[in-house]
Amino acid sequence: MTHDLIVIGGGPAGISAALCAASMGLRAVVLDEQPKAGGQIYRNVGAADPRVVALLGRDYAHGRPLVERLARSGVEVHHGALVWDVAADLTVTALQNGRSIQLRAPQLIAATGALERPSPLPGWTLPGVLNAGAAQIAMKSGGAIPSGAVVLAGGGPLLLLVACQLLEAGANVAGVVETSPAINRVKALRHLPSALLAPAYLAKGLRMMRRLRAAGVPWYTRASELAVEGEDRARALRFNVGGRPLRLQADTVLLHHGVVPHTQLSRLLRVEHDWDETQLAWHPRVDAWGQTSLEGFRIAGDGASIAGALAAEASATIAALGAAHALRKLSDDERDHRARPQRRALAKHARIRPFLDALYRPPSWINTPSDDTIVCRCEEVSAGRIREMARLGCEGPNQTKFLSRCGMGPCQGRQCGIVVTQLLAQELQRTPAEIGAYRVRAPLKPVPLASIANLTIQASQEPAP
Amino acid sequence: MFRPIDGVAPRRVITLCVDGREIQALQGDTLAMALLGAGVTPFRRTAVSGAPRAAFCLMGVCFDCLVDVDGRRNVQSCMVEALAGMNVSLPQGAGRMEGVA
Repeated sequence: MTHDLIVIGGGPAGISAALCAASMGLRAVVLDEQPKAGGQIYRNVGAADPRVVALLGRDYAHGRPLVERLARSGVEVHHGALVWDVAADLTVTALQNGRSIQLRAPQLIAATGALERPSPLPGWTLPGVLNAGAAQIAMKSGGAIPSGAVVLAGGGPLLLLVACQLLEAGANVAGVVETSPAINRVKALRHLPSALLAPAYLAKGLRMMRRLRAAGVPWYTRASELAVEGEDRARALRFNVGGRPLRLQADTVLLHHGVVPHTQLSRLLRVEHDWDETQLAWHPRVDAWGQTSLEGFRIAGDGASIAGALAAEASATIAALGAAHALRKLSDDERDHRARPQRRALAKHARIRPFLDALYRPPSWINTPSDDTIVCRCEEVSAGRIREMARLGCEGPNQTKFLSRCGMGPCQGRQCGIVVTQLLAQELQRTPAEIGAYRVRAPLKPVPLASIANLTIQASQEPAP
Repeated sequence: MFRPIDGVAPRRVITLCVDGREIQALQGDTLAMALLGAGVTPFRRTAVSGAPRAAFCLMGVCFDCLVDVDGRRNVQSCMVEALAGMNVSLPQGAGRMEGVA
């Protein structure tokens, strides 16, 4: 064993887990693929330009003390460390500076966060089409905004937030095209009483809507049949509102349909996952302490289920308490006592979630694209090809992968996996849970062969026990 | 495709080489941001159909921003820092083994 606890990911969950573990005397190590702590939500917060920090607002600045506390804590942190394998005995292999290193601890917390739900629609592979989150990352890490007309399309709090931030930064926001169907508002109303107990979130939403209206941004709701036009790059977004065809010229189209847990690591470790019909995503099954079905392997933050950055701090602290308890550094009582304020925080942040999940439930058509739409961006496999394979007798994503290479490209199914599962479920009239997901294998990302060869040499040079 | 936000403190300008052409970038940018800032589009053409692609997620999960850097193939340009003198080539369709008969 090289450590008591390995934390994978350096966002709010990873930082909180590491800080809590260190405070209990655990030898913790953080492996973060990014060059600086903060994850995507607080990306570059420690070094961002003051103008950028100001325009991104208080929620972004909240990450600064977190990052600073990690830096002061003395916790061992490896940035630029790409975890590409975790064995069933929790041995972690990571690539750093061209070399693969191995670490081992009895407890492992994955804090790998979320990624944006794919929005497979015609033209979504064109240059100039990015995820809305990508535009925010450009502001955070590069102090940059798209230079021409920007159209944002999809649904979710992040879509409106990015639109407001781009406006604030001086971008030409040429339109916001929301795809949430009308029924969402009706269904969301049921959850309004609970949401009213989280007034800060609601107030923020209303502020964003006022800001967009005041700026006179063309704003469409209940849009469908979205398609990006262009030959070598995006030129316009076509869509349909109430049977009326519309078109907005755009140099940059930003897509967003919410975020889903990044389950690559939990899939690699073959732990139990459940299909969540509310969030339309896979959730690794975890107990009240973040413990998965594999002893010692815990998941915290949005990687377990989408609850936001503040909830991630709480769930990660709870997971770290669980780890310390498992290592006999905490009694039952101490663990439960320390977890209490964190559970209160979790409950508080959870109040808004049913309202947001209902209001921004993605339209069903986003998960069942037209036949000619590309689903697998890497191998350029269309929805029609997936359906064809279902008709030919494929019963799951691993068979369609075998026959069509769908999901076999460098992203290893991160972009297409959730759509392929839903397409097959629809075509075969089964539930996503029955269809299942891609079998994920190491390496989690392509790594140079030399780094693997190197690792073998090191291992063979270790003295025999 | 991207430009600096007005009012952000200026950063040192560095020069990179992309397919034999010099481009200017800002020190500290990722390579993907450097290419977006210099208006390089597409970043590559796909191996399957030759379709144009450029950066999509900027967080290392989509693999659409792959370029070749100083002889290393298929580097995620959003995950590496742009460095002065970097030699970038943009993949054009399926890769070929050079010198193989």
